[in-house]
Amino acid sequence: MKTESSALPTEIVIQATHGWRFLDLRELWAYRDLLRLLVQRDFVARYKQTVLGPLWHLFQPLVTTVVFTVVFSHVAALPTDGLPPTLFYLCGLLAWNYFSQTFNSTSTTLVANAGLFGKVYFPRLIVPLAGVVSNGISFLIQLTSFFAVLIIYLASHPGVDVGPRWEAIVLLPLVLVQLAAFSLGVGLWLAALTTKFRDFTVLAGFLIQLWMYLTPIILPLAKVPPQWHIYVALNPVTMPVECFRYLLLGTGWINPTLLVVSITSTVLALVTGILIFRRVEKTFVDVV
Amino acid sequence: MSQPIIEVQNLSKRYRLGAIGATSLREECARYWDRLRGKPHPDPQEYWALRDISFEVGSGEVVGVIGRNGAGKSTLLKILSRITEPTSGHARLRGRVASLLEVGTGFHPELTGRENVYLNGAILGMNRAEVRRKFDEIVAFAEIEKFIDTPVKRYSSGMYVRLAFAVAAHLEPEILIVDEVLAVGDAAFQKKCLGKLRDLTKAAERTVLFVSHDMAAISALTDRCVLLHEGTTAHIGATASAITRYFELRAPAASEYVAAPNLRPQAPYIQSVRLRTSEAGGVQAGGRPLEVRLEIVHPEPINGACLSIQIVNQFQHPATHLWIYDSDVPFARQPGRTVLTCRIPATRLNVGHHTLRVFLSEPAGGRMFETLDSVCPFEMVRLGATTLWGWRPEACVYHEDCTWLVTPN
Repeated sequence: MKTESSALPTEIVIQATHGWRFLDLRELWAYRDLLRLLVQRDFVARYKQTVLGPLWHLFQPLVTTVVFTVVFSHVAALPTDGLPPTLFYLCGLLAWNYFSQTFNSTSTTLVANAGLFGKVYFPRLIVPLAGVVSNGISFLIQLTSFFAVLIIYLASHPGVDVGPRWEAIVLLPLVLVQLAAFSLGVGLWLAALTTKFRDFTVLAGFLIQLWMYLTPIILPLAKVPPQWHIYVALNPVTMPVECFRYLLLGTGWINPTLLVVSITSTVLALVTGILIFRRVEKTFVDVV
Repeated sequence: MSQPIIEVQNLSKRYRLGAIGATSLREECARYWDRLRGKPHPDPQEYWALRDISFEVGSGEVVGVIGRNGAGKSTLLKILSRITEPTSGHARLRGRVASLLEVGTGFHPELTGRENVYLNGAILGMNRAEVRRKFDEIVAFAEIEKFIDTPVKRYSSGMYVRLAFAVAAHLEPEILIVDEVLAVGDAAFQKKCLGKLRDLTKAAERTVLFVSHDMAAISALTDRCVLLHEGTTAHIGATASAITRYFELRAPAASEYVAAPNLRPQAPYIQSVRLRTSEAGGVQAGGRPLEVRLEIVHPEPINGACLSIQIVNQFQHPATHLWIYDSDVPFARQPGRTVLTCRIPATRLNVGHHTLRVFLSEPAGGRMFETLDSVCPFEMVRLGATTLWGWRPEACVYHEDCTWLVTPN
C-alpha cells in the first residue's frame, strides 16, 4: 500500500558515517505528525489532573514579576529605564522565559529520552523541535497575559505613554525566531555534551541562573555599570530582550553593531549545535 | 525481485568496555590529545559485540535470528533499526522498515488510549492519515473499545500490552524487525499475536526478521535462521539445522550421572546413568527417540532384580514410569556388571525441564539397593509443531495421539 511516508527514500544504507552531517529536511518533514503529537503530549500530560490547567503558564511570570517589583524596584530602588517596573520586568521575563525554557528542554533531550531513542528510530531533532514549538505556545499564552496587564495598567494610569509599536507585528515574530534559534543551538550543544559527561547537566542548571544576571532582565542595558557593560552587551540574548521592550513598551536600547553580533552568534550557535548533535546522536545510546 | 531486500555485509560493532560511563573529562582530553599527535592511546578493553556479520534476506522471506544471550542479537537489531551505527561494514534495507524492539515505546501514562495510539503510531513511523484509517481495527484488535478514552495509567497491564501490540501489528512496512515481543500478555492474547504475526508474514512481499529464544515460535514462523554465536554468524540455513546447531552451542548440561568412588563394594549399585537426547546439550525434541543407558554393578548375584526409571517433570510430578524386571527379562544373575539400555522410540512428554529418578531393588518386600533422585536433567522442546497458545510446561504432562471426528448436527 502506498502511503505518504513513502516520500522517504526506500533504500536505507546503514554504515558508519564519518565526518559531519547537517539537516535532513526531507526526513524531518516526513515526521511532522510526530512533532505535532509530541507538542500535544507536552500540553495534555502537563495539565492532566490540575485544576488551573494552562493557566499555570500565566502564574509563573506574574508571580516572578510581583517579586521582582517588590525586591528590585521597591526595596533596592533599581532603575527601570523610565518604564513602569511591573511592565518592565514582565516584558523582560516574557523573552527570558522563552529562552530559558527552550534551552532547558533542548539540553535534556538525549538523556531524558534515552529509553525511547534506544528502542525506535526517528529523527532525533524532532524532540527538541517539539520543545521549541510547545514553549512557543506557552509564550503566546503569556503574551496575552502581558497585554492584559498592560491594558489594566494603562486604564489605571491615564496619561502614561507606553505601549506596543506597530512594527511589532512584523518584527516581534522575527525576534522570537532568533531567540528560538539561539536557545536551540546552545541547548543542542549541552544535550550532546551531557550524553558523555553528566557534569554538564549540573552545569546547565547553574549556567541558566547566572546567564539571567548577564541579561538585562532586572537592570536595563543602559543602566548596567560600565565595567560590566561589555559582557552584558555581547551576550547574544541581550539584544532580543531589549528589542522586546522596544517593540512592546516603546523603550529599549538597541545598537546595530550589537544586533549584528547577536545574530551572528545565533547562526553560529545553531549551525554548530546541529552539527555536534547530529554527530553524537548516531551512537549516543551506546554510552548514555 | 531478485535483489535481496536486506543485505548485511561484514557488519561489526565494537564497544569500549572501560569507556562506557566511566570516562572523565580529563581522560577524554588525554585521549583526544594523543589522537591529535597521532599516538595510539592505550585503549581500555575492546569488545566486539558483532564481528563481520554477513547475510542476505530475500523479499517475502521470514528469517529468524537466534543465539544465546550475549551472542549479539540485540546489537544486530539495534543497528538494523538505526538506533546505533555499526563500527564498520554496512547493511542495505530496500523498503520501508518498522522495528518492534519493545511494545508500547513512547506510551505516556497520562494520555488516553486514543491519544497514545496516535502518538505511538507516529513514533513507529505512521502518519496521521494512516493511523486514522486503521484506528477502529487497532482498537478492535486490542479489545478495549470501552476504555479507549481512559488514560492508560488506569489500564491493567494486560490491556496496556494489548493496545501497544495492536498499534505495532497494524504497521504496514515492507520490512518488519521483531524482537521477542510475544513474551508479554496473557496466553489468549499471545495466541492472537502469533496468529497476527503469521498473517503478516504470509502477506505478499512482507519480509520479517524475527528474534526469539522460543524455538517453538521460531520453528513455526521462520523458514531460515541466522545463528549468532559470540558476535559471529555460527550458522545460516534452514531453521531445523540452525536449531540443531543452536542446541549444540548451548553449554552442555550435566546430563549424566556417575557414581562416586565405591562406598559399598559388596552391595549392588548404579554405576552410571547416561541420557542420549535427540538434540545436543540435553535437549530432547518431542516425537524423537530418547535413550537411557544405565550401568549397574552387582558384586553378588541379585535375586529377581528390579530396575525402574521415573521421568519427573519440573513440577515434581512423575510423568512416566519405565521398568525392567528380572522376572520378564533375566539380568544380573551373575556377579559383575550389566549395561541396560532403555529406548523410547518417540517421546511424548510435554515441554519443560525433566529429570530422572532411578530405583534398583529386589521385588516388593525385598532389599532396596539404590534410589537416585533428580539425575540427568534434560529439556523437552517441540520443534516444527505449533499450538495457538504457545507451548507451556503447565499445560499437560504428556501428549496423546488422537483423531477428531467433526459431525455437523
